[in-house]
Amino acid sequence: MTTAQTLAAGLMDYDEAIQTYDPVLGLEVHVELGTVTKMFCGCPTDFGAEPNTQICPICLALPGAMPAVNRTAVEYAIRIGLALNCEIASWCRFARKNYFYPDMPKNFQTSQYDEPIATNGYLDVKIDGQTVRVDIERAHMEEDTGKSTHVGGATGRIHGAEYSLLDYNRAGVPLVEIVTKPIVGTKALAPQVARAYVTALRDLLSSLGVSDVRMDQGSLRCDANVSLTPAGNPLFGTRTETKNVNSLRSVERAVRYEITRQAALLATGTRIVQETRHFDETTGTTSPGRSKETAEDYRYFPEPDLVPLAPEREWVEAIRASLPELPWIRRARMQADWGLTDLQMRDLLASDAVDLVAATVDAGASPAEATSWWSSYLGQQANVRGVALNELPITPAQLAAVIAKVVDGPLNTKIARQVVDGVLAGEGEPDEVIAARGLAVMSDDGALHAAVDEALAAQPAVADKIRSGKLQAVGAIVGAVMKATRGQADAAKVRQLVLSTLGVEG
Amino acid sequence: MTAELTRLGASALAEAIASGQSSAEEVTRAHLDRIEAVDEAVHAFLHVSTESALDQARAVDRARALGDAPVSRLAGVPLALKDIVVQAGVPATAGSKILEGWIPPYDATVTRRLVEAGVVILGKTNLDEFAMGSSTENSAYGPTRNPWDLSRIPGGSGGGSAAALAAFEAPLAIGTDTGGSIRQPAAVTGTVGTKPTYGGVSRYGVIALASSLDQVGPCARTVLDTALLHEVIAGHDPLDSTSIPQPVPLVVDAVRRGQADGVAGMRIGVVSQLRGKGYQAGVLESFDAAVATLAAAGADIVEVDCPHFEYALAAYYLILPSECSSNLARFDAMRYGLRVGDDGTASAEEVMSRTRGAGFGAEVKRRIILGTYALSAGYYDAYYGSAQKVRTLIKQDFEKAFTAADVLVSPASPVTAFAIGEKVNDPLAMYLNDLATIPGSLAGIPAMSVPSGIASDTGLPVGLQIMGPALGEERIYRVAAAFESAYVAAHHRSVPDAAPELEVGVR
Amino acid sequence: MSSVLPSEADEPGPTLTRDSVAHLAHLARLELTDAELDLYVDQLSVILHSVAAVSGVVGTKDIEPTSHAVPLTNIFREDVVRPGLSRDAALAGAPSAENGRFRVPQVLGEEQ
Ligand SMILES: [Mg+2]
Ligand SMILES: [Zn+2]
Repeated sequence: MTTAQTLAAGLMDYDEAIQTYDPVLGLEVHVELGTVTKMFCGCPTDFGAEPNTQICPICLALPGAMPAVNRTAVEYAIRIGLALNCEIASWCRFARKNYFYPDMPKNFQTSQYDEPIATNGYLDVKIDGQTVRVDIERAHMEEDTGKSTHVGGATGRIHGAEYSLLDYNRAGVPLVEIVTKPIVGTKALAPQVARAYVTALRDLLSSLGVSDVRMDQGSLRCDANVSLTPAGNPLFGTRTETKNVNSLRSVERAVRYEITRQAALLATGTRIVQETRHFDETTGTTSPGRSKETAEDYRYFPEPDLVPLAPEREWVEAIRASLPELPWIRRARMQADWGLTDLQMRDLLASDAVDLVAATVDAGASPAEATSWWSSYLGQQANVRGVALNELPITPAQLAAVIAKVVDGPLNTKIARQVVDGVLAGEGEPDEVIAARGLAVMSDDGALHAAVDEALAAQPAVADKIRSGKLQAVGAIVGAVMKATRGQADAAKVRQLVLSTLGVEG
Repeated sequence: MTAELTRLGASALAEAIASGQSSAEEVTRAHLDRIEAVDEAVHAFLHVSTESALDQARAVDRARALGDAPVSRLAGVPLALKDIVVQAGVPATAGSKILEGWIPPYDATVTRRLVEAGVVILGKTNLDEFAMGSSTENSAYGPTRNPWDLSRIPGGSGGGSAAALAAFEAPLAIGTDTGGSIRQPAAVTGTVGTKPTYGGVSRYGVIALASSLDQVGPCARTVLDTALLHEVIAGHDPLDSTSIPQPVPLVVDAVRRGQADGVAGMRIGVVSQLRGKGYQAGVLESFDAAVATLAAAGADIVEVDCPHFEYALAAYYLILPSECSSNLARFDAMRYGLRVGDDGTASAEEVMSRTRGAGFGAEVKRRIILGTYALSAGYYDAYYGSAQKVRTLIKQDFEKAFTAADVLVSPASPVTAFAIGEKVNDPLAMYLNDLATIPGSLAGIPAMSVPSGIASDTGLPVGLQIMGPALGEERIYRVAAAFESAYVAAHHRSVPDAAPELEVGVR
Repeated sequence: MSSVLPSEADEPGPTLTRDSVAHLAHLARLELTDAELDLYVDQLSVILHSVAAVSGVVGTKDIEPTSHAVPLTNIFREDVVRPGLSRDAALAGAPSAENGRFRVPQVLGEEQ
């Protein structure tokens, strides 16, 4: 498309947009914590339960009910704060954010306002070999809302619906909201930085064990703020906030789309409206949310039903000491330890095989064997079955046991695959499969001698050829022995045996 | 016979039941009969739980028949529960139309403790809507009348509970006190009521008005009965994060000490700021007589100065509306309670507004708007923020006063019961009824009202407020018991015993 | 107005306009009649005028605000499931329900 065409479509060509304007990003990520119970009540947080079966007087905001803070949720919030290099407040409070909405039973959200639990951190994001430091403004605790189903509208969306049905199972699930400072200076890389940041955050949260970070189930949600300023201008432009960005790919697309959309508006002298926008996964575009007639005034004030938090330093330090190795540091260490190329490492990452390889190595296999099994044979098996690698019914320990038998001799690679097939088919542990299927390289020398003698006797002419030094004829005898032993013999060993039987030097 | 049972206090009834002199069922029936006879005139109750009360009483009798020891010192004694405390399966309205017909599916912690103690819950008592008021005229279900004079108010917001005691419909009652809603009704009905230290009694299951001020408390006709009920309901509750994780003060022992040893050697402070302008002559006269009685009993009377009390009412009427505007947001027609204007085309937002417009009374709406204003961006610091600082100044005044005195005293209400309708159109005049009780509410200290006598100018009861430092319940009960004993010794009967008979035919 | 409240009579106190009361009522989701609006504009202005004394007494002094009368910190609940309400019990009080969910009128505006 020409510039004129794209502008006419309301978008500016991306490269041109970036030459004219500097994008400024702000990312707000909500993560649902993986606690057993909700933030302020003892209801379970299981995803996918029957509607309104995980509720109580507290999360339904019945008259008289009062909140009580989940200790584990606070611990997870501190964990997140520490992993993001934040300062942990020595004293902080919950606050009420007042606004009416049917999916929020109290009509206020118990959140944190000017006293968040974690402030001033950063997350280093690697992109195309360079490191971008994303500064974190704050991470604070709050609670999730219920879920509405809009009935009667054509699309199931809010517009045009006749009424709504509410399920409060999710109401009160603990959330930590992580807010970046404005991310400047990324220029053309802005959409990739946004994606890389959310990816790194997802990996970090996963390694911390504080959330299942399932974007598809809403346990990790990203709102992307984007504004443009004329290149070189230090002042920030008017921003939009795009919600409903439900995958890593969408984060990148939504930012990219907003850059081209806002650039087109600015180029024609149109002001950007500060608004909430909605990302459409199918078209990759954003559209304005329905704006409210009046600007919200949340009337924050300290939550009087809860007392302040003053995390003891010993507690915070104990949490800090228990933090796992950061995922990217662990990865770099593994790549070095395993001697993998960048490409090999990237393939392992892409197939989510790193943890499996690591566990297989921990169980005694060599990194090369472990990498090779998970990325080739098991990768194919996962493909065939249409499941993720870690959903295959074989454990790293089982694979390591199979690999050990190859290294020690009793199995060759071909038979080892049959053993793995048996494990995958649910036939039991590798030893059970070997026994049941009668697998294993023939190690009984007597039987092998007999088989060799038999083959030589059956083909005397070939035996003579070998005796006369025509070594290429050995293959025929080896083939016959392998056939007779149904492939369970070690071919190299058979060859050796044929030659020694005939008294020929190999 | 049954009429006599209703004249007895809770401790006497508990003894009669424990000794087998009366059955709990008999006691309960006597009170249900009394309610039947007088409540049409008094209107203390919004709901009478006849069946569940009798079931509870029979359970106490059965346990006794099996030889079990009483589950508490109040087993089998009837009680009137303010209709802002939820009881599973029993309607709860908070005096508001917006909750009409709502049946809570759970028990408040206080309710659970009462039931576990074998206390028989007779029913739910009337109150100003969401406890906002000082006369019980703000109830959506009509006013309660003062048993001393049926044309007068019983105080508020706990007018129903106080009137039930004064009308001998129940020997025990539960109140809630945010700015005086236990103490002021106790004062104007000649009964006893205590607001414990903030956090002393669980608020879980108590429909919130202002979370940082609300306290549940015991009410009765004698100091001992009040103390017995206090020990049943008080104590730490993990469901209320603001509840104090400490042992319950031993207020019953303190009452016995007060009855036996009096107040000799105690320093009793009279707060200069809680008398004078705004106080009725008959109230001050009764108060001065009470102070003289305490002095005669050997107490050192000292004058204390609390200069910031002047600002207490102003701070209170910023903090309370702010918190209540948020607490009452949940009444939105979506999950429970009234729904108005759902015509199939109106939006949820419109239905919320219509329902809240129709379901809340004038005082509730006034305070919600005021609170919404006080919390608004740009006003928060000047209003809510400043009010919280005034609260600090008032706390400091109290701390200083309690270095000079063991307890502080004042009239509990500046006036005796006024006529129904007299102040309904003047919110500010109504707010002044809590002039003496609000400082203690803001500071979170324990305070109670005991009858100091009958005002010579109106012939109506007057309340003496006794305030102690945080967790100083034992002191105030001791002084209250000593005063009550001295009063009875001098007048040969207690103030509540002087309440009119209400023209009940002999049954 | 009573003389017991601190008087700010010499200063022009804060006043509420009819529009601001209407806006506050909207924020608080309270539908008011015109008569109610008129009444509240007057009453609230009087109340506000008298309660405004708090900012005067506090002034710019450095005073720690009291949000909780009895100071406590770090009150936690362990992360253990507690039985809640059955769906039937939860929906029993609902003005309207359908398929195990609370039925509410159409919702305008985006989810927050
Ligand atoms: Mg938030
Ligand atoms: Zn719950």
